[in-house]
Amino acid sequence: MALLEIENLHAGVDDKAILNGFDLTIQAGEVHAIMGPNGSGKSTLSYLLAGRDGYEAQNGNVRFDGADLLDMEPEARAIAGMFLAFQYPLEIPGVTNMTFLRTALNAVRRGRGEDEMDPASFLRMVREKSRAMGVDDDMLKRPLNVGFSGGEKKRNEVLQMAVLEPRLAILDETDSGLDIDALQTVADGVNAMRSDARGMLVITHYQRLLDFIKPDFVHVMVHGRIVRSGGPELAEELERSGYGAYLGAETGGQGNEVGAAHA
Amino acid sequence: MSEAKTGIDRETVDQVANFGGENYKYGFTTDIDADKAPNGLNADIIRFISAKKGEPEWLLEWRLDAFERWQTMQEPDWAHVDYPKIDYQDLCYYAAPKSMEDGPKSLDEVDPELLRTYEKLGIPLQEQEVLAGVRKVAVDAVFDSVSVGTTFREELAKAGVIFCSFSEAVKNHPDLVRKYLGSVVPQSDNYFAALNSAVFSDGSFVYIPPGVRCPMELSTYFRINEANTGQFERTLVIADRGSYVSYLEGCTAPMRDENQLHAAVVELVALEDAEIKYSTVQNWYPGDADGRGGIYNFVTKRGDCREARARISWTQVETGSAVTWKYPSCILRGDETVGEFYSIAISNNLQQVDSGTKMLHLGRNTSSKIISKGISAGRSSNAYRGQVSVHPKAANARNFTQCDSLLIGDKCAAHTVPYIEAKNISAVLEHEATTSKISGDQMFYCRQRGLDPEEAVALIVNGFCRDVLQNLPMEFAVEAQKLVGISLEGSVG
Repeated sequence: MALLEIENLHAGVDDKAILNGFDLTIQAGEVHAIMGPNGSGKSTLSYLLAGRDGYEAQNGNVRFDGADLLDMEPEARAIAGMFLAFQYPLEIPGVTNMTFLRTALNAVRRGRGEDEMDPASFLRMVREKSRAMGVDDDMLKRPLNVGFSGGEKKRNEVLQMAVLEPRLAILDETDSGLDIDALQTVADGVNAMRSDARGMLVITHYQRLLDFIKPDFVHVMVHGRIVRSGGPELAEELERSGYGAYLGAETGGQGNEVGAAHA
Repeated sequence: MSEAKTGIDRETVDQVANFGGENYKYGFTTDIDADKAPNGLNADIIRFISAKKGEPEWLLEWRLDAFERWQTMQEPDWAHVDYPKIDYQDLCYYAAPKSMEDGPKSLDEVDPELLRTYEKLGIPLQEQEVLAGVRKVAVDAVFDSVSVGTTFREELAKAGVIFCSFSEAVKNHPDLVRKYLGSVVPQSDNYFAALNSAVFSDGSFVYIPPGVRCPMELSTYFRINEANTGQFERTLVIADRGSYVSYLEGCTAPMRDENQLHAAVVELVALEDAEIKYSTVQNWYPGDADGRGGIYNFVTKRGDCREARARISWTQVETGSAVTWKYPSCILRGDETVGEFYSIAISNNLQQVDSGTKMLHLGRNTSSKIISKGISAGRSSNAYRGQVSVHPKAANARNFTQCDSLLIGDKCAAHTVPYIEAKNISAVLEHEATTSKISGDQMFYCRQRGLDPEEAVALIVNGFCRDVLQNLPMEFAVEAQKLVGISLEGSVG
């Protein structure tokens, strides 16, 4: 059974069609990258998958681990193992990073019928994982994302991902606003989490991130659907030639190649 | 995006609307025979109360004097609250469990029904063995109009600390009571204080002798049980020179369809180099979702830093009551005195809160700090009203005020009414204020990490209140944090 199966997804915001017959299948162990120009519907896709209010599918199916994803509340999706690394992580004043991590982990564990983690084991686990992400004790004690730099916010998102150990991680423009060193740290954190049991969906505008996180599959998204799929070489091609060739092509026959990536 | 945001706010509003008073955990009544005064207020009722308590003549005169003044006063109408006119002749001013007729007994003799009541409320009236890491807390339990017992008295007596019911203090320490009663809140201070001075029934009395650091937390637990009965307690805390005490009060009442009046007076006196920390967790019955029932909480609390370098700190967590009218204040009379006010006021459904503080700078080099966090949900109204006043002789006065409001939903209201008066050119006064809403984006972020909406709101609100929660004694901080969640339950899930 596929980890994530999206079929013919249609969605819009304020009567404007944004997703237009979107199809994608991700198997456990695969890393997929979606690339596309601004306005192609990449962020809408990630919000819709995570269950943000106001993002409703008008047509189509999404199955996550066999379950009907679109029927689930956002927290139920998180408990089922879906994680969205936000493009713009939110600030929560007065709630320390550490408290947030503990609350989230325990909420997810409770939701899965597991016991909460005891404080000592939790602390040990977080210390270990935060060291790997270059998140120091001071950053764990600060209120969540308040006054964090762009790089700190993104590193913190990946730390949350490492703590929550999702089955499917969606990274929404995780490279935006990062300098090269921060990009390396974030990519190292993501790469360390690649495993046969986990799927990843990396959404990005630029090819740069994919030099650090090597995807198994690359998809080009234009006007709300995938217009071409291929291997990592597709990203390099895009870097050279840009999206221009695709912008008029969304009704063309290249959609046939979508299935080929999984053949 | 705006639509997405409205969607989540809408949901929060609906959840708040679903929340009724039925979530109130302390709404049960205790079935116990009570000795009650006939309804109504006149000089005879005051004589009845005074006689019940076996009071000396001077105190009866003091009460009658207050009653006379009260009759000439008008109920205040400046607060941002709205409630039907109270018929003071239709209230009962004294109710006591029959078993308490002969005055407070030793804890072994207290009616088991009363002990069970306090057990249900989570208040230990047995002097329990101390659990590892938890400090001892002495409790005075006030049930309707009388104190039913005070724990750890002997241990406190060894340190010279007097902690007893007000009635006992009148009997056993009349000189102290007479010296300090009304010295901070005079009989005619305001309408409700005058009413309290006339009919007050019981409350707690604390005296810490010079140089003594009180060896444990002191607390008083107020419970209204009888229907149609007002509670008028009087608390007097005196910290003599160089002493320290931390004191906490908690309040609950049964769920009833009628409103009940609670008009208390608390007076604190801190002498030279003394420090008083006074914390309140107020959780009177707030009424149901339609605003039926609930307590009218009209309270006068004031501390007097009477001599040099005295410090008084008020911390309050106000979650209950249908209507709250309360301004714990500090008179910074001595030089270099310090006053602090930390407040969390939560209103939900149709609750109305008008609360804040007054800092009166009289001495030189005095400083004060005010941190107020108001949280409004449902259709409630939440007002901060504060006064910082610097006397002409108060050189180098310093005040910092931070006043933050958080709104949940779009039918509630938050108001901020700060009065600032400086009559000395050297004063430095700062005022910061913010108003914010829990955003749909924050909710989504939390939910994407696995928190249900109830947990998400509790987490965000607790973060908002953090500066104040940190000031509560450790023993009560956890309880208060939970209470913050419970009060907004439904807003929430």
